[in-house]
Amino acid sequence: MTSLPAQTQRKLGLVIDLDTCVGCHACVVNCKEWNTGGYGASLSDQDAYGAGPTGTWLNRVHSYEISPPDGPAQIVHFPRSCLHCEDAPCVTVCPTGASYKRVDDGIVLVNEDWCIGCGLCAWSCPYGARELDAAAGVMKKCTLCVDRIYNENLPEIDREPACVRTCPSRARHFGDLGDPDSHVSRLVASRGGMDLMAEQGTKPVNKYLPPRAKQKTEQTGTTRTTNHEPPAGGFLGWLDNALEKLG
Amino acid sequence: MSDGASQPSVDTSPKVSDEIRKTTCYMCACRCGIDVHMRDGKIRYIEGNRDHPINRGVLCAKGSAGIMQHYAPSRLQNPLVRVGERGEGKFKAISWEDALEKAIAWLATVRARDPKKLAFFTGRDQSQSLTSWWAQQYGTPNYAAHGGFCSVNMAAAGIYTMGGSFWEFGQPDWDRTKMFMIFGVAEDHDSNPIKLGLSKLKERGVKIVGVNPVRTGYNAIADEWVPVTPGTDGLFVLSLVHELLKAGTIDLDYLLRYTNAGWLVIEDEGGEDHGLFAHDVIGKPLAMNRKTNELAPADTVRRDAALRGQVTLDDGRKARPVFELLAEKYSDPQYAPSATASQTGIAAEQTERLAAELARVAFEEEIIINQPWTDMTGERHETMVGRPVSFHAMRGISAHSNGFQTCRALHLLQILLGSIECPGGFRFKPPYPKPSEAHPTPNADFSPNQSLPGPHLGYPRGPEDLLIEDDGSPQRIDKAFSWDNPMSVHGLMHTVISNAYHGDPYPIEVLFLYMANMSWNSSMDPKGMMEMLTAKNDDGSYVIPKIIYSDAYSSEMVAYADLILPDTTYLERHDCISMLDRPICEPTAAADSIRWPVVEPDRDVRGFQSVLLDLGARLGLDGMVDKSGDPAFADYADYIARHERKPGIGPLAGFRGEDKSERGRGTPNPEQVQDYIDNGGFWIEHIPDDALFFKHANAGYQAWAVSMGFYDKPSPVTFQLYLEPMAKFQRAAEGFGEQVPPQHLRQQILDAFDPLPIWYPSSEVDPEYPLHAITQRPAAMYHSWGGQNAWLRQIHGRNPLYVPGKVCDEAGLKDGDWAWVISRHGRIKVPVMRMEAVNDKTLWTWNAIGKRKGAWALKPGAPETTKGFLLNHLISDLLPSRGDGMRWSNSDPITGQGAWYDLRVRIEKAGDESSENQESEPTTEPQTSPVGEGPGDVAYGKEWSK
Repeated sequence: MTSLPAQTQRKLGLVIDLDTCVGCHACVVNCKEWNTGGYGASLSDQDAYGAGPTGTWLNRVHSYEISPPDGPAQIVHFPRSCLHCEDAPCVTVCPTGASYKRVDDGIVLVNEDWCIGCGLCAWSCPYGARELDAAAGVMKKCTLCVDRIYNENLPEIDREPACVRTCPSRARHFGDLGDPDSHVSRLVASRGGMDLMAEQGTKPVNKYLPPRAKQKTEQTGTTRTTNHEPPAGGFLGWLDNALEKLG
Repeated sequence: MSDGASQPSVDTSPKVSDEIRKTTCYMCACRCGIDVHMRDGKIRYIEGNRDHPINRGVLCAKGSAGIMQHYAPSRLQNPLVRVGERGEGKFKAISWEDALEKAIAWLATVRARDPKKLAFFTGRDQSQSLTSWWAQQYGTPNYAAHGGFCSVNMAAAGIYTMGGSFWEFGQPDWDRTKMFMIFGVAEDHDSNPIKLGLSKLKERGVKIVGVNPVRTGYNAIADEWVPVTPGTDGLFVLSLVHELLKAGTIDLDYLLRYTNAGWLVIEDEGGEDHGLFAHDVIGKPLAMNRKTNELAPADTVRRDAALRGQVTLDDGRKARPVFELLAEKYSDPQYAPSATASQTGIAAEQTERLAAELARVAFEEEIIINQPWTDMTGERHETMVGRPVSFHAMRGISAHSNGFQTCRALHLLQILLGSIECPGGFRFKPPYPKPSEAHPTPNADFSPNQSLPGPHLGYPRGPEDLLIEDDGSPQRIDKAFSWDNPMSVHGLMHTVISNAYHGDPYPIEVLFLYMANMSWNSSMDPKGMMEMLTAKNDDGSYVIPKIIYSDAYSSEMVAYADLILPDTTYLERHDCISMLDRPICEPTAAADSIRWPVVEPDRDVRGFQSVLLDLGARLGLDGMVDKSGDPAFADYADYIARHERKPGIGPLAGFRGEDKSERGRGTPNPEQVQDYIDNGGFWIEHIPDDALFFKHANAGYQAWAVSMGFYDKPSPVTFQLYLEPMAKFQRAAEGFGEQVPPQHLRQQILDAFDPLPIWYPSSEVDPEYPLHAITQRPAAMYHSWGGQNAWLRQIHGRNPLYVPGKVCDEAGLKDGDWAWVISRHGRIKVPVMRMEAVNDKTLWTWNAIGKRKGAWALKPGAPETTKGFLLNHLISDLLPSRGDGMRWSNSDPITGQGAWYDLRVRIEKAGDESSENQESEPTTEPQTSPVGEGPGDVAYGKEWSK
């Protein structure tokens, strides 16, 4: 059993905009290439060119189809990674203390030196956000790019998670969700940001911004074109009038 | 036990890299700037270049997987010569000297005897200004890149209509537009700029309308979805036009200023000039001044032109203004939304409402920028007025046999709304707009050991520019610029192998291909293609005698070549993304860029462009040897810096002149490539403020464009609502003029070449084949390249056929079942997945996932080779036989664009076996891999982790 800190000084996390995510997997692959040479063991791939290629990824995108009763079917792209929960069951279940939540910033991290690869944390995570690396035998998960966000070898502007920096549709945002004035907190407030599976009681730090309503047609408003009656005098009458006005 | 008091210390500032090298991505055709982090001589990490105009720091999944592409086990290792039968993949390694001498022996013989017997075609080539110049200097008429089977309809319709099209030619004004419609775009063309643009629209709450049979990707985040039936986009657009005309919501002032709306069209049914413009004695089109009722050159009448009314010309013939013909045509009830709904699958109310919304946004939410500018007539304008509706479209609307006219219809809609080159509308990127008359006409005038007099590809103005023999037969192997498809401005690469095999119009001696997987996913009917590539004459020789191929990887096409010239990866090569080619400019700036070897090859491979220059020098081609006969260029980098297409104009526009300060025009700077490297791999020059909009008619822009060398004199564009070259081809089909089409093509030309955009069904309705089947390119995979990429193939290693729920229910199909999909041409067995967010008559799958066993260094059992499949097997390069002995091409009769998306099919359940025991069909015999198989497990970067 491992304890969680009573509170963290900051709550660093991601805000992911499901209204804007096109499901392109840019975040998924950029995360992989940064982290495979970064914190902890590399992210290995098994049978990489064979019949059943599998590998370790810290972030994946799933696509779901929804058929609302009052409109055509739609697709929602859902990126999924560790949510850095305040009540992280993956930490409390860890038998060695390898899984922990950082006091400074709230990042949930695995100390791989202590990890025995038992997999309990992955089993306890309701989000399926952890993956055991088959080559290294240790548990891998999103580190919020802990080796980028404070990294003095990177220009200040690049000190953000790789997935955020690379996202081409700007659907991913990084910041301190413990600070109500941070840009991520303001986004959550203005866009109705949600906890994922709040009923699990894990108090995720990451938030998701829901897709806006689709097929909204009321904004058409009134215009001369909504009246489909032809203009007086028919099209040619309209044309003469319109040319007259041009002078 | 752990708690807050004793947490592990983490090194939060580890070393990232030894050095950052800035170059240009090549994981697709988007050409983003990348920062390649080097560590210990290897690639540690690739990220987007924040300063780069294309991607502004972001990078897609493909770009981020560049490490796996660069180190792919499928990379070719050395030049190869075939030792087995074609198709087997058995090769022997040879030296570069032997390979080049072998190529020269073949190429020199053909050049001395009959240069047309060389067909040189390039695929995903980003060096077309070099490859086309090489082919021109060699003197074969048979050169083109892959545009003919990609999106030539889009490019041709755009250039002819308004001097440019989408993507490289222009883009929406993302920062100002207030309503955006996107037609027929999966996640490509172009990738990151569209995503960045959409994010800007989302931030501002701008309405996005997705017109696409499939609601994935960009269409998934659109506010409104228009589930159009494939091949009917043109009809939908013309219904929008019908609604705008009915309501009078069009920009008349814009039409009078910038289009040929007032030009007079001769009405002389049965006469030689019927449908052509009325001209004055020096050939200027005429208009009627509606205030003075006098005829005068249209460019002097301008805003005073009459837009309706029959006019009697000086010679007594009658004429009417373009606008009246246009209004009459589209006001016809056949274009009413209620009349088109059953074909388009779009409810009339939705079409009517969208037309009203476009009109409201365009005219009631107009944008005014307080920026004075002067137009080409000298009139000064105090403001720039914008109609903030914008559009983007790509292959979904163009890869049909009615695609040219559909693209024209979309441009007509944009122009009627006054939304081209205005704030909030569609904006051209330099060097566009460039009118068709500023482009060359096509050239094929060849003779032994001579260069062609001009470039192969161009824009025909009429029948006089066709490349045909006296008897009307095609001069080119692909029949480009022949009566079969007169305006085939990108050539027809997809017909080359088939035509060469059939000797129609003639056989060839050497087929030379670059970066084009023509035996597989880049061809219609790959099985037939493989048979033609391996077919032999009675004497045992191959029907297509010699095949030279250059590729960096062990693709399917490699197995069919006699001689392989192995290319480098994109991180090992020089390239220039040139304004002479397919530029990377922005609406606000001219820009170009380079690639350079950020890592040196560890194999015996050479950049194809350097090899081509070497071959050119060995052949003694003009411009590739100096006066003493020695090579004029050391390699491609040397060419990039020193080649001049005309005095002062070279491949790169930046850092020209002796002091490197000149841009656009200037003497060559031998250090130019290094200057680009020092500048982050690219160069950019911003357009002056008064020249930022209305480029087609803006005196400030035109002067700037001339100073930059885009053209030598101002080349403003009058938008061609009515396209006279089309009328000229129709007149020829009526039998007028010196060049007339053969009898069997006359009706096709009369029907398709309407000078005003029309819609006709893209394929025949046949109750046997009630469904459409199309492909989309996924965001995380580009062509067939992804299959060798250890990371991307985990995302798209197999491709189900997505089937609408309604069709599943009718056919008794559920997820995991296998089905036969049957077309007139063939049948394939595929895994099925149910989907609702799709047009209910449309099946679809991801493009180019299926692989041939043995290709791409994949191991036996790779899902790409067992579960993956190609829709291509259902598509024939020919239309069904009409019993007339003719080979009718499956392409647009105007441009020859391959009509990939005209496919019609039916679907049937295939047995009850469980999914995992079945394999997709047809199957192809494995090819032998010249590079072996990839390794089992990979842990890239493990030396830096921990």
